[in-house]
Amino acid sequence: MDQEIRDKYQAVIGLEVHIQLLTRSKLFAGDSNRFGDEPNTNVSIITLAHPGTLPKLNKRALELAIKMGLACHSTISQHMIFDRKNYFYPDLPKGYQLTQDSTPICVGGKIGIATHIGEREIELNRIHLEEDAGKSFHPHDASESLVDFNRAGTPLIELVTEPTLHQPEEAYQLLAEIRKMVRFLEICDGNMEQGSLRCDANVSVRPAGSMELGPKVEIKNMNSLRNVRRAISQEIERQISLVESGHAIASETRSFQEKTGGSVAMRTKEELNDYRYFPDPDLSPVEISDHWLQQIKESMPKLPHQLKTELQKDFGFSADDVEFLTESPEMYEYYTQTLEFVKDPVTALNWLKGPIRSYTKDANLTIADLLLSPMQVGELIALVEEGAISFSQAAQKLLPELLQQPHSKPRDIAASLGLLQIRDENILEETVVEILKAFPDKVESFKNGKKGLLGFFMGQLMQRTDGNVDPKLANELFSKYLN
Amino acid sequence: METLTSLREIQEAIRTGATSCTQVVTSCLDNIQKHQHLNAFLQVYKEEALAQAQQIDVKIAQGQAGRLAGMVVGLKDVLCYQDHPLQASSHILEGFQSQFSGTAVQKILDEDAIIIGRNNCDEFGMGSSNENSALGPVKNGIDPQRVPGGSSGGSAVAVQCGMCHAALGSDTGGSVRQPAAFTGVIGLKPTYSRISRHGLIAYASSFDTIGILTTNIYDNALLLEVIAGADQYDSTVSKTPVPHYYHQPGDSRTYRVGYIKDTLDNEILQDDVKHQTLERLEHLKQMGHQVEPVDFPLLDYVLPTYYILTTAEASSNLSRYDGVKYGSRSDHNGDLTSFYKQSRSSGFGKEVQKRIMLGTFVLSASYYDAYYTKAQKVRKLIKDKTRELFSEYDFIVLPTTPTTAFELGSFKDNPLEMYLADLFTVQASVSGIPAISIPNGNDQDGLPIGFQIMADDFNEQGLMAFAQNILNPSYN
Repeated sequence: MDQEIRDKYQAVIGLEVHIQLLTRSKLFAGDSNRFGDEPNTNVSIITLAHPGTLPKLNKRALELAIKMGLACHSTISQHMIFDRKNYFYPDLPKGYQLTQDSTPICVGGKIGIATHIGEREIELNRIHLEEDAGKSFHPHDASESLVDFNRAGTPLIELVTEPTLHQPEEAYQLLAEIRKMVRFLEICDGNMEQGSLRCDANVSVRPAGSMELGPKVEIKNMNSLRNVRRAISQEIERQISLVESGHAIASETRSFQEKTGGSVAMRTKEELNDYRYFPDPDLSPVEISDHWLQQIKESMPKLPHQLKTELQKDFGFSADDVEFLTESPEMYEYYTQTLEFVKDPVTALNWLKGPIRSYTKDANLTIADLLLSPMQVGELIALVEEGAISFSQAAQKLLPELLQQPHSKPRDIAASLGLLQIRDENILEETVVEILKAFPDKVESFKNGKKGLLGFFMGQLMQRTDGNVDPKLANELFSKYLN
Repeated sequence: METLTSLREIQEAIRTGATSCTQVVTSCLDNIQKHQHLNAFLQVYKEEALAQAQQIDVKIAQGQAGRLAGMVVGLKDVLCYQDHPLQASSHILEGFQSQFSGTAVQKILDEDAIIIGRNNCDEFGMGSSNENSALGPVKNGIDPQRVPGGSSGGSAVAVQCGMCHAALGSDTGGSVRQPAAFTGVIGLKPTYSRISRHGLIAYASSFDTIGILTTNIYDNALLLEVIAGADQYDSTVSKTPVPHYYHQPGDSRTYRVGYIKDTLDNEILQDDVKHQTLERLEHLKQMGHQVEPVDFPLLDYVLPTYYILTTAEASSNLSRYDGVKYGSRSDHNGDLTSFYKQSRSSGFGKEVQKRIMLGTFVLSASYYDAYYTKAQKVRKLIKDKTRELFSEYDFIVLPTTPTTAFELGSFKDNPLEMYLADLFTVQASVSGIPAISIPNGNDQDGLPIGFQIMADDFNEQGLMAFAQNILNPSYN
């Protein structure tokens, strides 16, 4: 789209982020909250809404929701109820979803993101707790649909931003930050492909400078960060094109299409359900005591933005480097553990973002999948630091071999590969003397000023020692006999 | 053999060897057989009950029997009993078996009560005559042309005719008290939240209570004591300690008793009911109680409030019966919407459908504030005003029902008028307070009249004592 036309409009974007909580059991029932089990195996009579069953709130889910709220500087509601959202669908066993309409557990709040114009704080409207529905399947070749209730009743929080985002990139950054936060808080694995983190975007456009909001379109089913940015970007252009060509924008829900990056209409506003929200009379109101809230506050881990500030302050790392070290809690953890074995923080950083990152990237792994312990990495680095092996030998030969034998000690592997440098001065000295005796004419030439022959002597030394020589020591010995 | 009805008598007779649990169960089974035409039971667990009786006889001999040993109990078809059919007298749950026992059911089993079968009722507890059962109406044991009241009609008739000694029913707006009045037995609706609702099919969750039907106060008190109390499966249940109701009944204290004057002036009140109620009030005065008329100006609002809120909750509570997971499912050919429509239209009876639609209407976006929100506010007012009465009175009394048992089919053409049968019972339900119906003589046709006593929250103990005091002053 022509930038000139694009600039005539401002996009207004709000996100609704569904975060599946890492609890052991469901929000209102004791059955397991585990992804990937055989269909309909984690289904108690409460999950299946058998007659006579009542919900029972999972306190752990409350705690995780509160943690997210605290991380976002939200106001935590200490008195709240759950509401019923009524609609019929086969994967909704009770015929209503238990959610929080009138009293969300976290009110307001903000999340800081980095944008091209600097740090921005994105305001939140609310974070509320609710139960997920089951999953419906509509096989193309079958006359019947199938339902898996394993997911039914699993705990979610829904984070709703104010409509204050204007760029697809901001939405991307916000979602990336949220994903990091939930991982550092250990409340969700943040896996968008498996759907444990899901994002719907509300997008509208208006003439630049206008304060009025245009008709809102909701986009669903974007399964990666990149797709969220793509979908919003395309939606903005779609809406601007409509307006430019004199068409009205329908307020509707659209489904993202992975192949094209565009979306197709799912339902219009007129078809929306009347959800008939009302307070669930089967659950007593929930009270959160000051004491408990205080305990949760005290249990809060450090969040990525705090860790970044600390790393910058303590080690003077660049913005990119701290971003790299806080990209996941596993990475940060790995780094801090490595520091227990490596004195120099920069050396440790360089190993992680250098050889180790290129290995994990090639193997399509994350740091969490790495079979090497920080202690092994520490030993590897120590070998280089003490001069027993060169950096390039360590990175190119020792590391790959170590990854093949992850339970071995780096020093043992280096020895078995013959990579350890000869640091015994007596052995080295004998070899140096042998070489000089073998080439008396070249020694003569050197002494007469052909200093370049030092390279020749070093070459001979490397040949006789398979390269396992500390170059500095070798240099010193040659100097001793030649000068 | 003389029919023993109270557990005290039964246990005494078993102790002396005059009878046994097996004989007691057999006697109940005989009565069930004899009164089959009343349609009080949907299913009788004959072999099971006899087997249980034998075991309990052994336990009694060993001195290890529970407190309810010798008691035979019927369960309204809304109470979950593990591995037994459960269908709320509705087609929509045809073939369904409960996979668990509700808390109240488990507690009476743990005390060695014998469950003899499940009782017919109005579908999902919705009705005042037991004519809304998908499995046919229940008939009153006194006159089979008459209704037994509802919705716990089968339970009331079962107790009335000695088919069991006690029955657990449910009371959302009078469903235990009203049939108790129509059949001449005792019916208790305890304070809301006094008994766990775990294992009780929901009609209107913020009103539903399990209720107890018996022939005497002692049995009622003992059952309440056994089934009441905190429960990990119901977050709304009260943690208020359960007192020893059983040791308390019967005292000679004098009480401050208020009667709601408007209830006696109401034009729908049957003459005989009025007469008997006034007699009772006079009797109370003679006993030394202080009896005074009180005003309750919100009386006219109680029934509409009740119907708005209960139908709202019911419309949502009954959404789970959709033919997807269990129960009856229509042989559909069509899309999802028609699948739902067919399953629910053929599964639910007319009264249930009516209430679901009413409830859906009052919760719909355009009418929510006008009905649901307003009714919630009125409910609060009714609660507050009702509670205020107890700052001046120990008990509020009134007739349980405006009339005695009417004939089957009386309201066939005007079903809404039947709602008035609950006129006097809904106040306690809307307010959540405990209330009991006790027999208060008969009308000219020999039909039982009920006298209702309401007490403040969690004052079942006082309620029981006062009721016993009225029913059998000689016990003191």
